[in-house]
Amino acid sequence: MELFSNLILGFSVALSLQNLWFCFIGVFVGTLIGVLPGIGPLATIAMLLPITFNVPPVSALIMLAGIYYGAQYGGSTTAILVNLPGETSAVVTCIDGYQMARQGRAGPALAVAAIGSFIAGTICTLVIALFGPPLAEMALKFGAPEYFSLMLMGLVTAAVLAHGDMVKSLAMVVVGLLLGIVGTDVNSGMSRFAFGIAELTDGIGFVVLAVGVFAVSEIVSNLGEHEERQVFTSKVSNLWLTWKEFKQSFGPIMRGTGVGAFFGVLPGTGPAIASFSSYMIEKKVSKTPERFGKGAIEGVAGPESANNADAQCKFIPTLTLGIPASAVMALMLGALTIQGIAPGPQVMTQKPELFWGLIASMWIGNLMLVILNLPMIGLWVSLLKVPYRMLFPAIMVFSCIGIYSVNNSTMELYLAALFGVLGFLWLKLECAAAPMLLGFVLGPMMEENLRRALLISRGDPMVFIERPISLGFIIATVLILIIMAAPAIRKRREQITDAA
Amino acid sequence: MKVELRENRDFLSGLMFIVIGLGAIFIARDYPVGSALRMGPGYFPVALGGILFLMGIYVMVQGLIKKEKVKGNWSLRALVILPLAVIVFGLMVERTGFVPALIVLALLSATAGREFKFVEMLILAIALTAACVALFIYGLGMPYPLFGGH
Repeated sequence: MELFSNLILGFSVALSLQNLWFCFIGVFVGTLIGVLPGIGPLATIAMLLPITFNVPPVSALIMLAGIYYGAQYGGSTTAILVNLPGETSAVVTCIDGYQMARQGRAGPALAVAAIGSFIAGTICTLVIALFGPPLAEMALKFGAPEYFSLMLMGLVTAAVLAHGDMVKSLAMVVVGLLLGIVGTDVNSGMSRFAFGIAELTDGIGFVVLAVGVFAVSEIVSNLGEHEERQVFTSKVSNLWLTWKEFKQSFGPIMRGTGVGAFFGVLPGTGPAIASFSSYMIEKKVSKTPERFGKGAIEGVAGPESANNADAQCKFIPTLTLGIPASAVMALMLGALTIQGIAPGPQVMTQKPELFWGLIASMWIGNLMLVILNLPMIGLWVSLLKVPYRMLFPAIMVFSCIGIYSVNNSTMELYLAALFGVLGFLWLKLECAAAPMLLGFVLGPMMEENLRRALLISRGDPMVFIERPISLGFIIATVLILIIMAAPAIRKRREQITDAA
Repeated sequence: MKVELRENRDFLSGLMFIVIGLGAIFIARDYPVGSALRMGPGYFPVALGGILFLMGIYVMVQGLIKKEKVKGNWSLRALVILPLAVIVFGLMVERTGFVPALIVLALLSATAGREFKFVEMLILAIALTAACVALFIYGLGMPYPLFGGH
């Protein structure tokens, strides 16, 4: 079986001492920032991206991925224990998880979150192993029109499913596309939007934009809010599930995994949407919906499995098509590019050890999270006592070193300062920045594919609807737009994104 | 309820999109547009600028109808100090070396917070700098001089 030989290859890569170490650092740092509110995986990965220069590509990706799913995990710990979602995806976990903790059932709540995440992670590892190769094979046949339509679909989904107003999110995508244009045009050699600044002829650095918009502006915003964090730690005992609790949680874990996997492969959706949808479903199918909100274990098991499944399945479109499915995934592709590997469907065939090593490491990382973190919960909670006034200067220091070390360019630091201000403006005006980042990454690829497609078709735009796969993507894009613009759904979407 | 234009969230968002869109078209006005068959470097930017302009008008009108206010405060202090700290770090790092630049960066950033205790922050700045030197210079071998310019 090819599947098994692939997985064996993956595990042989992931189980090397070096990669185990990087996996451990990744999930450790991930849990750390997941526990700490005010810093998310996006900013962390952006800051640490330059560090991965000196590390082999597989190890770099393994570590960055570990940060990503580790953060989902850490976020749930604080949600349950102190009613404080470390990450947005853990907002839903607060509802029933914190109630459970207050009833003295913090142990089972933490255990079910960990076990649910692990089961979801295991299933998704298999899903990726099963569906990755055929998808990549299909993608290898894609021409310029297919790629253009696919990216269009990705950007539109990213925008309509983002938090806040749909048109504003779409406009932010366009802003991102425009930012992506900055630099030298590959076809004509002409430098565009560079304002005569030499550094800009190479384009805006990815790290610069991400750190400026997601790290610096977040701190500004956090310092503006009056936040009094009260840490009250309920005693955690009995970190295990009874048979009854396990039976209660099994269905929600499975359904949550399904929901998460579904939203995971959809480009543009964040884990918050997956976990919220899972919560709604569990409440619907439950025979005793009145228990929800009062410490129902299903309300923790489902969403926690869903957000982990979502986080892992985001790697499917990212690795097989080379299309980042979320802003964090865009950073992963950025890490690949830094290493000199062009993202795309060819990665899986040309660098199988990279693809399968990463997949296997995710399973190992999930196992590490369960084994290492349940006993370490006390440590994580005590971390919450670190006041923000000591935390944010550290984030600033790491951010600046991160930016400077990419190209040893001070100009990029000044640019990041500018993006920090812009990012804060967007935050205040509630213009979602994540779709902008996707637009920024996909911008140059989209322009290139648009040009190529129209060159092949001799300038006839019908090429996008004459080719069946491309037509499929276009129809899907239009459908998504129509459905989301329909008043009833629009209202419902606002409720969901507001809550999430 | 009367909402001033300068605190009307979507009016301002729309205005921003219009400015960016028109700005893009203005800057790209001299880039050859070419034709659909052979797109010049100006084609994509001008098209995007146009789309953004139209979206901006829509968002602006929505703002005039919905009249949503900007939430929270503008935290001007942090908004000025933090980008400034990044810029100061940029100015210092190649002139004074890694260590002084980092200490100033940490201290200056810290003043953006609501409470600033100098001694505590000085200790924090020194500890952070030491950690960064250990991690980045010795650990990862980044080639920056600790003191002095290059």
